[in-house]
Amino acid sequence: MTNSNDTVLLSIEHLSMRFGGLLAVNDLSFDVKHGDITALIGPNGAGKTTVFNCITGFYKPTVGRVTAHHEDGSKHLLERMDDFKIPQVAKVVRTFQNIRLFGGMTVLENLMVGQHHPLMEASKFSIGGIFGIKGYRDAEKEAMEIAEYWMEKTGLTERADDAAADLPYGEQRMLEIARAMCTGPKLLCLDEPAAGLNPRESDVLNKLLLFIRKERDTGILLIEHDMNVVMGISDHIVVLDYGEKIADGTPEEIRNDQKVIAAYLGVEDDEVDEAEEIIEATSAGSADKGAS
Amino acid sequence: MTDVSQNTTGAFARLDFGAITKDLLVTLFLGLVIFGTTVGFKTKTSVGGLTIETHMVTAAILIAIIVGGRLVLWMTLWSRPAGQSKSIIPDGVKTALSSKMGLLGKYFGPIMLVFAVMFPFLPTTDRYLLDLGILVLTYVMLGWGLNIVVGLAGLLDLGYVAFYAIGAYSYALLAHYFGFSFWVCLPLAGILAAFWGLILGFPVLRLRGDYLAIVTLAFGEIIRVVLLNWYQFTGGPDGLSGIPRPTFFGLAFKRGEGNFADYFGLEYSTIHRIMFLYFLILILALITNFVTKRLRGLPIGRSWEALREDEIACRSLGLNTTTIKLTAFATGAMFAGFAGSFFATRQGFISPESFTFIESALILAIVVLGGLGSQMGVVIASIAMIGGFEIFREAEQFRMLIFGLSMVLIMVWRPRGLISTREPTIFLKEKKGVSSDMVAQGEGH
Repeated sequence: MTNSNDTVLLSIEHLSMRFGGLLAVNDLSFDVKHGDITALIGPNGAGKTTVFNCITGFYKPTVGRVTAHHEDGSKHLLERMDDFKIPQVAKVVRTFQNIRLFGGMTVLENLMVGQHHPLMEASKFSIGGIFGIKGYRDAEKEAMEIAEYWMEKTGLTERADDAAADLPYGEQRMLEIARAMCTGPKLLCLDEPAAGLNPRESDVLNKLLLFIRKERDTGILLIEHDMNVVMGISDHIVVLDYGEKIADGTPEEIRNDQKVIAAYLGVEDDEVDEAEEIIEATSAGSADKGAS
Repeated sequence: MTDVSQNTTGAFARLDFGAITKDLLVTLFLGLVIFGTTVGFKTKTSVGGLTIETHMVTAAILIAIIVGGRLVLWMTLWSRPAGQSKSIIPDGVKTALSSKMGLLGKYFGPIMLVFAVMFPFLPTTDRYLLDLGILVLTYVMLGWGLNIVVGLAGLLDLGYVAFYAIGAYSYALLAHYFGFSFWVCLPLAGILAAFWGLILGFPVLRLRGDYLAIVTLAFGEIIRVVLLNWYQFTGGPDGLSGIPRPTFFGLAFKRGEGNFADYFGLEYSTIHRIMFLYFLILILALITNFVTKRLRGLPIGRSWEALREDEIACRSLGLNTTTIKLTAFATGAMFAGFAGSFFATRQGFISPESFTFIESALILAIVVLGGLGSQMGVVIASIAMIGGFEIFREAEQFRMLIFGLSMVLIMVWRPRGLISTREPTIFLKEKKGVSSDMVAQGEGH
């Protein structure tokens, strides 16, 4: 399903990332459309997280361009932007494969850190905040409301005053998404959000992601191994293998794509037999030559 | 009666004699090594050189005491069944105590504040105690300042005394060359120290862990060495003397007409000036506390704590870690600058000798001992450390030994400091303390 608004939100053009002799991503191009859930899948080591790190500024790509397009027509070149500016200016925010929360701070505090920029502005370089000006108190109240809204959506309201490190794994994943949403992103990049969740939890996650796409008008780009999540909710799937794009399309198309099946399941037995026969034939030929 | 005897036999039955014998033999060996060498032999100066005297009986008695003590412990405390609580205090008393402690914790701050205000007027307070109070409050203020950098932002700073020195020298030099008064120099000293905090901040932005600690340590030494060697400007090792004393709204603390005592119709006494200094540092320290507490609840303070928890997550949320680190260094340095200019006006004389590494270590020890990030912990630790130093002034030789030993003991007992629970800055329904094992320690720990 796509929203009426069918414009591109993030475009990746000819992205390559080289680490010394290793080409982790090779000439990758794809688009993330506005109001879509786009999934980036592929076997382990295919370069999915590297793509994420290039999008969110943690790596500077060797070659290529990553552009965020906003509805007002403005364009932001992410590969040239400092990593901390990407969430603030380009409104692209990410989560991590290994959850990164502020463990010693409470759930509510985590969500308040997510709203750093509007609060910082309201506190007038902190000087106004020290004297408790009204503008800051209003901004804090508003931030609390946003935090409460996301706690309600992720089912964390009961745990609001508990330390983030104290939450069970599934709730920590939810909190990381809630915290990312508190920054008010246009594109939410999720790195394996369903990893380690039980079927019930991953079902709740699916519902949350669908809600975010529909109600919050936020595009979602996710890396996922859980095919239940990928096939269940994505509108568009990009498949990577050895750093190269091997398929790009709707879930239905991907499911029937021979290359994808080969990458995931390996090639079929008779194909392997054929290949082996060819190898044998050539090696036998060369042996004959050597004998004569 | 029978019950008791059964219990004892039961306890004895559980004793593992093999293990105890082994333990006692180890104790005996360690005792022989330690006391046999240190107490058993003693060199004595006599005619024709050194002779060795033996004190084997004393050594034997000491060894017997520790071996016997361990045996008693094995038979009583350590022979309890595993399931039973190891503590000697009954559980009922413990819960009652902890609830009382919670109540005490709530009122501890206000009680301490009232005590601090009343302190100069107490009949027992003499000049010596008042001076000690000023010293303790100076360290409380420095501890609170360093707490911002180390406790909140989690950046280990081993050169904090440099900013204290910058504050002190700012006032001394501005007064010396331009004749500025204390009240003009106090904010200037803070601003200058904050500026130097930024200067230190830039080179250490990319450093983590041990490297950060070493560079801050070097910075502290650089400042001290510059002050020591720039003879024409700072007076070098001779220091700067004749630093003007502060005035009370223009009223000097001197004998004679138009001065403080005369204006208020009091009889002149030197204690007035000391009392004034006491209240001055008390107010400065309270301002530090107030500002720090306020900042903690503001986005800037939350970003400091977020930086301590996870730097990468900070960046992923759009927080500029460069600004966060620099503001933490600058704010911490500013309070050290205030404290430094107070130090200069109180002493009337400063020299680089007052700003050695041991001062940085002492301030850091106060923060760590009190519990990183805890405001009240700093107060308790300052009183314990500075007060403790004074109590053991008599035992000059053993002072450092006692000091070190007590620190080791406290850190064994409470590895995360006296007050290790983190207080959340904002809450929805109920404020719950965050246990220290969840709070990260940041860089360089």
